Amino acid sequence: MSAPAVRNVRVRRARALVILDPGPLTTLQDLGRPGWAHLGVTASGAADLPSLALANRLVGNPEHTAALETTYGGLRVRIDARGADGAPGTVWAALTGAPCPAALDGRPLGMDVPFAVADGQVLALGAPVAGLRTYLAVRGGPEVPATLGSRSTDLLSGLGPAPLAAGDVLPLAPPGGAMPGVDLAPRAALPRDFVLRVVPGPRDDWFDAAAVAALYGEVWTATSRSNRVGVRLAGPVLGRARAGELPAEGMVRGALQVPPNGQPILFLADHPVTGGYPVIGVVHAADLPLAGQLPPGAAVRFRKPR
Amino acid sequence: MTPPPALSVRAVGSAALIVDLAGTGEVLALRAALEREIPNGVRELIAAARTLLITYDPAATGHEALAAEVTRRAAAVTGGATGDTPGAAGAALAPLTVPVRYDGPDLAQAAALTGLTTAQVIARHTAPDYTVAFAGFAPGFGYLTGTDPALRLPRRAEPRTEVPAGAVAVADGFTGIYPRSSPGGWQLLGTTSLPLWDERRDPPALLVPGRTVRLREVPR
Repeated sequence: MSAPAVRNVRVRRARALVILDPGPLTTLQDLGRPGWAHLGVTASGAADLPSLALANRLVGNPEHTAALETTYGGLRVRIDARGADGAPGTVWAALTGAPCPAALDGRPLGMDVPFAVADGQVLALGAPVAGLRTYLAVRGGPEVPATLGSRSTDLLSGLGPAPLAAGDVLPLAPPGGAMPGVDLAPRAALPRDFVLRVVPGPRDDWFDAAAVAALYGEVWTATSRSNRVGVRLAGPVLGRARAGELPAEGMVRGALQVPPNGQPILFLADHPVTGGYPVIGVVHAADLPLAGQLPPGAAVRFRKPR
Repeated sequence: MTPPPALSVRAVGSAALIVDLAGTGEVLALRAALEREIPNGVRELIAAARTLLITYDPAATGHEALAAEVTRRAAAVTGGATGDTPGAAGAALAPLTVPVRYDGPDLAQAAALTGLTTAQVIARHTAPDYTVAFAGFAPGFGYLTGTDPALRLPRRAEPRTEVPAGAVAVADGFTGIYPRSSPGGWQLLGTTSLPLWDERRDPPALLVPGRTVRLREVPR
């Protein structure tokens, strides 16, 4: 039901991203489509929203411009940048989020800096050295149709462009704003062991005291059975204090929902609007970008906010 | 007037709260009251069967202030609330008639569970005016209130891995229609060919909260 990205367009565009290899998963993301929950549509958007916004700011785009969210590196993309007269030009781009080895035609690139790409150069990303999701913003941003005001791919609902595939050609829109005139955006390094603040509830009373103690006292592991919908965590089994079914209720990004197997799922950007399993705690809003960077195998500790 | 039912407001992280209410009628009444005059900082109101989730901008308001405001507003509306309360956007839309072929794989079991004939199940299911109470589960999936109490069936013990698009189903006192093929645990009574979700339409969903819905049987 979703509109595919403009695929296998043979015509060479003046300014475009040409996907040579999407790596394990690359999607288009922006700040999402909030405001549609009453029709059963979740907000979606980048898993690490501040990183997406920063990538756009570094190339002078409005923060809501779509960028590429690539999961565990591996992306190879050719950037075409020619003027209206066909003469080779340049386009500005920036990488943020999970730091990974990056090269432009083999020449190493830094993170969190704007860099100029000449027509036809190939950008290649290795696997991240920390975190999981890297953002590539390009000046102007990919020009693809929006769904309900957003170009985000929602993997649960199937809204927005399909995940990017080799051969996809994404035309670039004209630049929307001035370049910011900064060379580097200093950012805190992503940790290897993650600590997330978790507000107890709203259904912590469905769990026994040992479960609540284990949530905050034990070390959890982010498993590989994770995606933009949620991160499945492995650790001690969280036991219920009461049986029965909870009627479906509204969910938020950051909710730790516990199905009957006692292993929590940390909901991310593409979580459902409503869910039927009790939520034992919810990640503090300020720590949601970090939650969106949890790589498989990462150790996670939960702390109560002060 | 009976005293207002006990109400609890719980924090959902640092930017949302959830209100537990006695039933769907109270949820819709509170949602309608808040929509009429949105409290400062509120972003979204997400209704469900017995709860209203309220997301907010923590820079504009806080849990204490919003919880107090919501409690005050809830006491004013839930004391006399019975049944469904209009007020949601869909109430302004024309009633929607949905043609249904009663060919669902759970129709016979629904008859067996209720002690009715299949013809009686169909007659009871097509009789009421339904109201879209809220949406969830998938884009365009509306929960319809107004289902005949005799058809109040539980979810299937084992959800189906694939329910076809357009399946008309009941569970937990609600009627629902699957906008697209998906897993699902509701009891399938029939099918409609009406496209319930179309991104190019405004609004993209036909089942908008507050809208009146009628089911009309069409030949198989």
